[in-house]
Order: sequence, then C-alpha cells, then structure tokens
Amino acid sequence: MELLRFATAGSVDDGKSTLIGRLLYDTKQIFQDQLEAIERTSEQMGNEYTNLALLTDGLRAEREQGITIDVAHRYFATPKRKFIIADTPGHIQYTRNMVTGASTADLALVLVDARNGIVEQSRRHAFLASLLRIPHLVVCVNKMDLVDYDEAAFEAVKAEFREFAMKLDIADLTFIPVSALHGDNIVERSPNMSWYEGSSLLHHLEEVHIASDRNHVDARFPVQYVIRPQSDAHHDYRGYAGTIVGGVFKPGDEVMVLPSGFTSTVASVDTFEGPVDEAFSPMAVTIRLDDDIDVSRGDMICRPGNQPNAGQDLQAMVCWMSEASRLAPRTKLAIKHTTRTARAMATDLQYRLDINSLHRDESAEVLALNEIGRVTLRCTQPLFFDEYRRNRATGSFVLVDETTNATVAAGMIIGAGS
Amino acid sequence: MTTTYELTDLDQLEAESIHIFREVAAEFERPCLLFSGGKDSIVMLRLAEKAFSPARLPFPVMHVDTGHNFPEVLDFRDRRLAELGARLVVASVQQSIDEGRVTEETGPRASRNRLQTTTLLDAIGEHRFDALFGGARRDEEKARAKERVYSFRDEFGQWDPKNQRPELWNLYNGCIRQGEHIRVFPISNWTELDIWEYIRREGIEIPSIYFAHQRPVFERDGMWLADSEYVTRMEGEEVVNRTVRYRTVGDMSCTGAVDSNAATIEQVIEEVGATRITERGATRADDRVSEAAMEDRKREGYF
Repeated sequence: MELLRFATAGSVDDGKSTLIGRLLYDTKQIFQDQLEAIERTSEQMGNEYTNLALLTDGLRAEREQGITIDVAHRYFATPKRKFIIADTPGHIQYTRNMVTGASTADLALVLVDARNGIVEQSRRHAFLASLLRIPHLVVCVNKMDLVDYDEAAFEAVKAEFREFAMKLDIADLTFIPVSALHGDNIVERSPNMSWYEGSSLLHHLEEVHIASDRNHVDARFPVQYVIRPQSDAHHDYRGYAGTIVGGVFKPGDEVMVLPSGFTSTVASVDTFEGPVDEAFSPMAVTIRLDDDIDVSRGDMICRPGNQPNAGQDLQAMVCWMSEASRLAPRTKLAIKHTTRTARAMATDLQYRLDINSLHRDESAEVLALNEIGRVTLRCTQPLFFDEYRRNRATGSFVLVDETTNATVAAGMIIGAGS
Repeated sequence: MTTTYELTDLDQLEAESIHIFREVAAEFERPCLLFSGGKDSIVMLRLAEKAFSPARLPFPVMHVDTGHNFPEVLDFRDRRLAELGARLVVASVQQSIDEGRVTEETGPRASRNRLQTTTLLDAIGEHRFDALFGGARRDEEKARAKERVYSFRDEFGQWDPKNQRPELWNLYNGCIRQGEHIRVFPISNWTELDIWEYIRREGIEIPSIYFAHQRPVFERDGMWLADSEYVTRMEGEEVVNRTVRYRTVGDMSCTGAVDSNAATIEQVIEEVGATRITERGATRADDRVSEAAMEDRKREGYF
C-alpha cells in the first residue's frame, strides 16, 4: 500500500474542519469515544451542533480560545492508501504553519467558498503550495449546496483560480466541486452535480499518481552516521549509514565522496535484512565502499558524472518564522542542510515578496515573522546542494538562532552564487 | 523489465524512523531509549536494532519501573535486552518514594502513574541524558497530534505546546543548553494498526498479555482492571474471570483490559481494524481524568 501525505489549508469559515471531519468520519477513523468527548465539549461550550474542529484542536489553549494554534497530524486509511494529513490553521501564524505542514506533503488541498470565489487567502495557499513545490494541488470549491449546485458558479471559480495559478509553478492542478457539510463529492460522486465528470475527493486522493514525484535520477546520499561495530564478528566493518535522497545506488557503482573528491566503488548496500541489489529514495541503508577512504557525517556520496553544487554561497527563498527576531543583512545563524551543520550569514536581502500580490519589494531591509524573501547566504563551510525545484531534500535548509536555539527560518535553494 | 521505485507504507514509515534514530545518535552525546515493555517500545527496539546493525545500540535502554508491572512484561524485557546485548538502566518509582522524593497516593484509586514523572526527570538528571527516545504516536491522543518529533524540554523537563520549534522536511533541530533535553518520537507518524501490521510482518515477539487470556478482573469506569495486590477494590467491585487482552501496557493499577478472543496477531489486527474506541480511551484510566489530562502531564515532564 502507498502512503500519501497531504497538507490542508484554510480558515475557520471555509469548512475545512467539516471537510476533514467528513473524510475521517466516512472512512470510519473517528472513534466512538472521540465523538462522545467532542459532543460533550460542544454542549459545554454552548455550540448548537457537534463541533468537528474539536477533533483536531487538542490543546487546552485552543479549546479555551476556540482557535487552532499548531499543525495537527491526522491519519486515515482506505483499502487503497494510507493518508497522513498535516492540518494547518488559517488565521494565525498562517505562513509559518503552512510552510511547516507543506514541507513533506505530496499534495495540497485548498478550500475555496463557492459563494466568495478566490479571496486573498486562496492566493496565499496556492502560492505557498508552489513555493514549497508540492507536486499536486487540489482546489475544493466548497459550499456548492449554497449556490444550488450550479455549474456556472464552479466554472467561474475555476477560471479565476487558473488565471492566478498561471503566474505560479504548479505541476498538477485539479478542481472538485464539493459540499463538505452534506458529503457531496467527498467520498462518492454526488447526484446533485451530474454535470461534474471528475472524481470524488477521496477517489482522487486514492488515485493521484505520486510514485514518479521523487527524484530517481540524481544519486545523492548524505552520510548521516558511521557504523563501526568494533566487535569480533564484524571486526573490519565500516559502513556509512544514511537516507537516500535521490537516484539509485547499486553495488559496483562508481561513486564520489564530497568534499574530499575521492572516488571509490560501492561494495555493498546493506540493510538489517542483508545486502540489497539496489536502493533508492527514501530508503534508509548503509553503504560500504571498496576503498578505505576518509568519510564522515556531513559528507555527500554521489556519482562522479552527476555532482550537486558545492559551495559556500547560495541564493534562496527564505521564510522567516520567529516572532522574537528578524532577518537583516549580516545576521549570523546556524544552518542545517542535509546532514551538515555550518554557520551562515545573510549577505543580502534582494527583495521581500508580498505573498498576496507576488509584488517584489526591493527596498525591504528586513524579513519579519511570516515574511518571505530572496536572500543571499554565505556559509562557513561548503554545502552540497541542488536547486529545491530539482530535489526537495538537497535543496532545503533551516536556520537556527545560536543564542536561543530556536528554528527561525526555512529556506529553499534557488542556486549557487553571491 | 521495468523497475518501479516504490516503497510500501510500512517501509516508508520504517525508513523515516531509522533516519531519526541515526540523527539522534549522531548529534547527541548521551541519548537513551525509554522502554515500557509495551508494543510501541518493542517496535522501537526493533527499529533501533535495524538503524545500527550490525553494531549494537549506541545508547542504553531505560525502564521507569513503577513496581506495579505485569510480570510477563518484566520477563520479556530482560530476555529481549539480553538478546540485543543492550544496557538496561532502571529508574525506580519505589526508590523515589523511599527517598521521599514523592509521596505515594493512597486509597482505591491510588496510582503511581503521576509519580513516574519525578522518577524519570531525576534519572535524566542523574545520567545527564540529553535525548530520550519515546514510543508515543500522534494518533494516540490530541495533545500528541501536535507534538514535534524532536520535542524540546526545558531544565524542568517541561513541554510548552505553544512554543514549539517549527519542524520541516527531515531536518531536526537538536540544539539545547546544558540541563535541557529533547524527547524524540521516531514513530510519531505510525498508527496503532501500523504497529500491529509491522509486528506481524517482522515476526516480532510481544508479551503474552497482548493476546486473549483468562484473568481475574473487576470492572471500574467501564474497564476491566486486573485484580492484583497493587489495587484496592471498592465496594461492589466483584472479581470475575474473563477472557481478555490488553491493547496498551502500562502500570497494572491503571491499565484496563478489553474483552477479546483474539489469540493470534491476525485476530488482533482484525479486531483493531473493527474497533470503534481508541486504545487510550478503552484502556487508560490515566487519560480519563480530563479532556486535557495528557497535555497537563506532558507539560510537567511526563513521557
């Protein structure tokens, strides 16, 4: 069975909680004791109906304030696929949370109210999904029941969204007219919208093709940990453990280790079950080499004919996530990229992006909480990276404030150079 | 021949967990794996074994021992750790009581569940552990659904749910100051059913109490509690013999059994797939105190 990770984004009023509640309920993932608990709480809070948002709002402060603070993870399965939902709140810390939830998603689900059409928030959702390179975007045009299931209303939203999406880089865009409240086109095709010939939402989630989204071309293996058993049974064993983040590795492959540039041959690709004939992303394996060369954590194993960029200077889109501080030129931070940690300094903020209008403000001097901009970074050590659009694992990094230890930013690499 | 480079759901979850184990072993000085004897921590041991094979685990295993254990679980613990050649650290709640660090609760509802937090935090301080692997899953409980894989704890062992570090891609921030630590949850994204399917696939041995067996039990709060020396029965609580099994394994005084005839892994999986009640809701008195019982305990430093 395949695993699909998707991120949902939306605000209080667009019916996102109802939609998720509907998916969980109709696939029998809501348990009796959970339902009873939220029925009790809804009653105590004076709600007229059972508030499905309480299923995901687990923290005391969320219940007290009636808001969602953080990314919540939900799990459900059908006979065809397993699903992990990263459910992100719409109203506060919006960008930070959506970027977090979207970073590992195969698909983003955006809700649009059929009555209101595209609003500012829909544009933000679509932009962040494209910035984070989520391969598939599904736009659920919700509350179709309130526009009499009218095809023209659906088509109008679709046309408007498409026009905006043309400015973005979205590989796969799908529109589904739904009513989360009544279950139209959620699990089953709705008899109320016979004009709609596409799949129901669940059917689409089960069938969307994700296997080819991973990079199986550029062999990339960031060394994570060196295994040396130092036992009699495995006296001379020296294996490089890590997770393959691109391409395929096979015994006999000629490989190069960065930064040393030494070349060797893969002696074997080991797992607990024994050696394997080949390994690919995202497998966690242990690679042994024929030659006894110096390899340690933070090194990158690749093919001599297909190397990542290696350098101390990089260009990236950076999303600032800290309330307490701001990113300004000469800010020094720790950078975590693959299995490498270095220090980095922002040498230039080229522009700050208005994520609603996509306008580039070149006069901006700082990035504050939830702001995104194009930044030039200088690192203390070379990093081995690809463009984020080519490889999400070797193209991404986080920045950590060395005084507070907080994760203050997420970055997506555009390329090399100062 | 065309090759499809696809991993099954369990293989993907396994790979993600192994990555996390290795990351912690590489970046922390003194990690430790918390082991309860429950199915989740048994799966954790297997994943750790895989992550560092053919070497032994590069960290010890700690059991916070309430003294109210199921004997089957202790036997299992000792056998499995011997097999792995792993080092065991026992942190004893009884010792915390004897040393006056905590006061034993009294009465029929007395439990050592809450006392464990002090014992755990004392042991973390004593051994100067900087990362503790726990087997919590996000599908277990609402507060856990929002907890990070790397969950930061301050010098008091406290969790602050409103001030968690953003966690993106598979990049984990393990930066801490002296005295602080990180709780690491490598199986965050596994569900109860994933755990059972993995146990079946891997042929992992688990303690016998997970399968249907005859046991003298009494009913309290809609659960079957084992009749044992650790619990005082209240008026009207009659002991009966029933065929039951456990869905979770914790302290004998607060872990309830469920009626079940599931005697094999296949039957357990079938039962879990059909059940309409969550495992903690069905079997844990400790979570029933309030809507936010787990969040409150976690804030204090609980697992």
